[in-house]
Amino acid sequence: MKLVYKNIERDGCGSIGLVPEESEDMWHAYNLVAVGDAVTASTVRKVQTESSTGSSTSNRVRTTLTITVETIDFDTQACVLRLKGRNIVENQYVKMGAYHTLDLELNRKFTLQKPLWDSVALERVEMACDPAANADVAAVVMQEGLAHVCLITPSMTLVRSKIDITIPRKRKGFVQQHEKGLNKFYDAVMQAILRHVDFNIVKCVIIASPGFVKDQFFEYMIQQAVKTDNKLLIDNKSRFLLVKASSGFKHSLKEVLQEPAVMAKISDTKAASEVKLLENFYTMLQLEPAKAFYGKKHIERANEALAIETLMISDKLFRCQDIQQRREYVALVDSVRENGGEVRIFSSMHVSGEQLDQLTGIAAVLRFPMPELEDSDAEGDSDSD
Amino acid sequence: MARHRDFRNRTFSDDYDDDDVYGHSVEEESCMSPSDAAQWIYDRSRNQQVQFLQNHNNIQEETEEDLADTSFSSQERRESIDLRSLNLDEDDEAKLMSCLDELRNVIGETVSDNILIQTVIKHKFDFSKSLDDILNRKSKEPEVPKPELVKPVVLIDPVKAPVITTVETTPKVVATNLEPKTVGVVKGFKVGQDGSSSSRPQTPRDQSPCTERLSKTEQKEVDEVKSTPKVKENKVDVNTLYANERGSDKDHLYIVVIGHVDAGKSTLMGRLLCELGEVSQKTLHKYEQESKKIGKQSFMYAWVLDETGEERVRGITMDVGRAQFETKTKRVIILDAPGHADFIPNMITGAGQADVALLVVDATRGEFESGFDLGGQTREHALLVRSLGVSQLAVAVNKLDTSNWSQERFNEITKKLKVFLKQAGFKDSDVTYVPCSGLTGENLVKAPIEAELLKWYNGPCLLDVIDKFNVPERPVSKPLRLSINDVYKGTGSGFCVAGRIENGVINKGDKVLVCPTKEMAEVRNISINEMPSNVAFAGDQVSVTLTGVDMQNVSVGYVLSDPIQQVPVTTRFEARIVVFNVKVPITKGFPVLIHHQSLVESANIVKLKALLNKSTGELVKKKPRCLGNNCVAVVEIEVCRPICVERYKDVKELGRVMLRVAGTTIAAGLVTDIVNT
Repeated sequence: MKLVYKNIERDGCGSIGLVPEESEDMWHAYNLVAVGDAVTASTVRKVQTESSTGSSTSNRVRTTLTITVETIDFDTQACVLRLKGRNIVENQYVKMGAYHTLDLELNRKFTLQKPLWDSVALERVEMACDPAANADVAAVVMQEGLAHVCLITPSMTLVRSKIDITIPRKRKGFVQQHEKGLNKFYDAVMQAILRHVDFNIVKCVIIASPGFVKDQFFEYMIQQAVKTDNKLLIDNKSRFLLVKASSGFKHSLKEVLQEPAVMAKISDTKAASEVKLLENFYTMLQLEPAKAFYGKKHIERANEALAIETLMISDKLFRCQDIQQRREYVALVDSVRENGGEVRIFSSMHVSGEQLDQLTGIAAVLRFPMPELEDSDAEGDSDSD
Repeated sequence: MARHRDFRNRTFSDDYDDDDVYGHSVEEESCMSPSDAAQWIYDRSRNQQVQFLQNHNNIQEETEEDLADTSFSSQERRESIDLRSLNLDEDDEAKLMSCLDELRNVIGETVSDNILIQTVIKHKFDFSKSLDDILNRKSKEPEVPKPELVKPVVLIDPVKAPVITTVETTPKVVATNLEPKTVGVVKGFKVGQDGSSSSRPQTPRDQSPCTERLSKTEQKEVDEVKSTPKVKENKVDVNTLYANERGSDKDHLYIVVIGHVDAGKSTLMGRLLCELGEVSQKTLHKYEQESKKIGKQSFMYAWVLDETGEERVRGITMDVGRAQFETKTKRVIILDAPGHADFIPNMITGAGQADVALLVVDATRGEFESGFDLGGQTREHALLVRSLGVSQLAVAVNKLDTSNWSQERFNEITKKLKVFLKQAGFKDSDVTYVPCSGLTGENLVKAPIEAELLKWYNGPCLLDVIDKFNVPERPVSKPLRLSINDVYKGTGSGFCVAGRIENGVINKGDKVLVCPTKEMAEVRNISINEMPSNVAFAGDQVSVTLTGVDMQNVSVGYVLSDPIQQVPVTTRFEARIVVFNVKVPITKGFPVLIHHQSLVESANIVKLKALLNKSTGELVKKKPRCLGNNCVAVVEIEVCRPICVERYKDVKELGRVMLRVAGTTIAAGLVTDIVNT
């Protein structure tokens, strides 16, 4: 993302001009835009004109519109952000108050105007405009009959292809069927890699599986590449990295990202560090349950006692429609920072973020044990869900 | 109506004369007949039969004053179908064919095939007798068929089927009667039936309260509230059917062999099979040579069960191997599970099908300890099989020859295991310890001859221990549940699914529901251990040929269910789980893999409902924050895709789940409630 200009008043209101450059920037934009903000962008609109004789013609015009956002739609697969709202700047084609849906486009400037730019939003802008964090990794987690081809970007894990094929078991006299099924499966995975992995961008391709599936697959793929003279695969052979995973399901990516060999390669992606943080939280929960808490209520009380050392919070919470709630979370983040605590905002598009989402979306490791929080559970039971 | 049928019949036999028109293959020429054709148009002929039978009374009344040949032709047609569905075994069929050829040579095409076949069967495939009979019959044709054929086929046959009394002509054949046949035929004589033969409701009409059979139907209806007549019919006599089919047979016992990597599971089983003569000397010699060639001679017995190249080269079992042998009282099917941690999903599939388990431990110093310590598969496997419902266990203390058959070593191992197995939930009385050696074959099928061992051991050998296992009760009378663990292309039409019948009975020709997609399919063929069969019961490992669904739409982990009493399909259920040793505690939102029968699916623990006291089951804490080691809790689990689960109290096998994370089993659970979504 490119920052064109930044115009923020002392009281926090103001506007920022941004140019999204890659699909991941859409994700950042999605996290920035909130209901009630004003967005200006160039767009195409069908305009109907009626001539004096009463005949009407319609034609498509490119124009720049400013709308107040009412609904926000994000398509994770295509990385398209759609903003719907009413026009607030009248021009010759579009009347005041007319509804329009803006499709934010790559490489076209848009301006975002917020009544209040809070710290979380500003941090997001900074992060989005940081050119260093730009390492893509492709990962294939597989087991016999199931594979996920994923793309891991700094703030997103995108499942590009899921392959689910039933492979007949080995049985006496039917071994060929098993082999045939297996080859069909390997072929499907290979095609998915060829289709979805852009070796110009991707630093390395991780192949992870339990047992020997990964070795067999890799062997098969290279064999096929040699057979069909596929330069792309042969040239990039060294970029493949085989690691162990316990299954072919998506959440075993978590194990993959903890692998030291993988960590070394992708150390600068958020994904790996988030996995590690969450793991620390769980370990703490096991060893010293009074020092690890989750749930808004507990965290808030821990914060009051200035006890929070690391706060993990899912970005999903900042996307909530309720402005009041967002304000509360932002206040929490600010106060933790003020008190010297570390705040990590998890991307809900990563496996670790997904897990945190399930875990109420907010968790923290404390500086000192607070057993009284645990005890207070009993009376607070009724509304903890 | 009568004329219509007659007409059809005639065209068939006309066509037969120049059957090339139909494009029949040459081999079929001699046996292709209208009846054959009728067989191929399977459903239609069945319908016709039923239709006819429903109207049977009316027709009889008419025919009495009607032409003799109307009844003849109709009967001829129907009976041919009956014969077809009798399902002769291969020998008989061959005999029948050769007899028919001979007869054709003598009498040409003057007599219809049906009559020929019937006569041949009647005379037990004796050519000359049949010829005599046919020639005699030809001379006095009109009289003979009428009494003999109209009545016998409709009346006597069905009576014979259930009671199995060999009345006169066709004893063997009747005994192998197909279920569908009786269905059709019993119906036909409903008027004449007054409680003499077991009253079975056949069609919805029969059950309607306005018929006089109400009283009889009622008692059956107590068992089965809302099932179609056909289903009901299966249910009612399912126990007798089971007794008939299996009563004389040896009991089937499925035993899973478990243990740590390289404990010698495959070798032990391979050796056992060799000693029992299940493996030919030739193959064994081949294995010996080949294993020597790649420098793994000690694996020669394991190769009996590890059949694929991959497994042999690596020297480990990867998928469940199976083999069978017989003991004095049982027919034992062994499932040789892989010991490697990466293949535990396969092991779970195998153990889910087993009745009892054989735990193999390596007695070698250091090896036992590494397998038994935390992270070793001895522990995990034992816990898994117990959670999968296996309660009887034999422990083979293997490779005891390496410690010179030392009693101390044996006692040391058994002592450790006893403590652990008790914790895992095995009763002391259900666990037997046997010292043995797979490679030398000591104490496997015969009492030991090793002097060192004889000094202190006088217990049973491994085979006797296996023989002493109790076969669990088979719930044959419950609605059908078959969990699929393999889908493959069989020979012929359709495709095959393999799996274990958890509940109930499956018959050839049954309609079944494939869940969770809820598609109807028809059972074309059933085979048990590669042997074709007409019916299979709970506890059997079967492969079933299905038609009516696409192979793409069936995958491992699906359940074949009774179409009326369906298996529940859900994405969310409540379970009571026992947490094993976990590195990190279980919290809300914990992503897990759920193993349910052969199904593996990713799931989330969405709610921690309550923490229970381990021994008493009392509520300790509501909505706990997290679940630590060795606790018992009630949780709610949400699965990514709908799966078939049952409450544990309804169907035990389908009510068990295993939760695994990152290659270790973290918990085992019982489904207590199914949340409708």
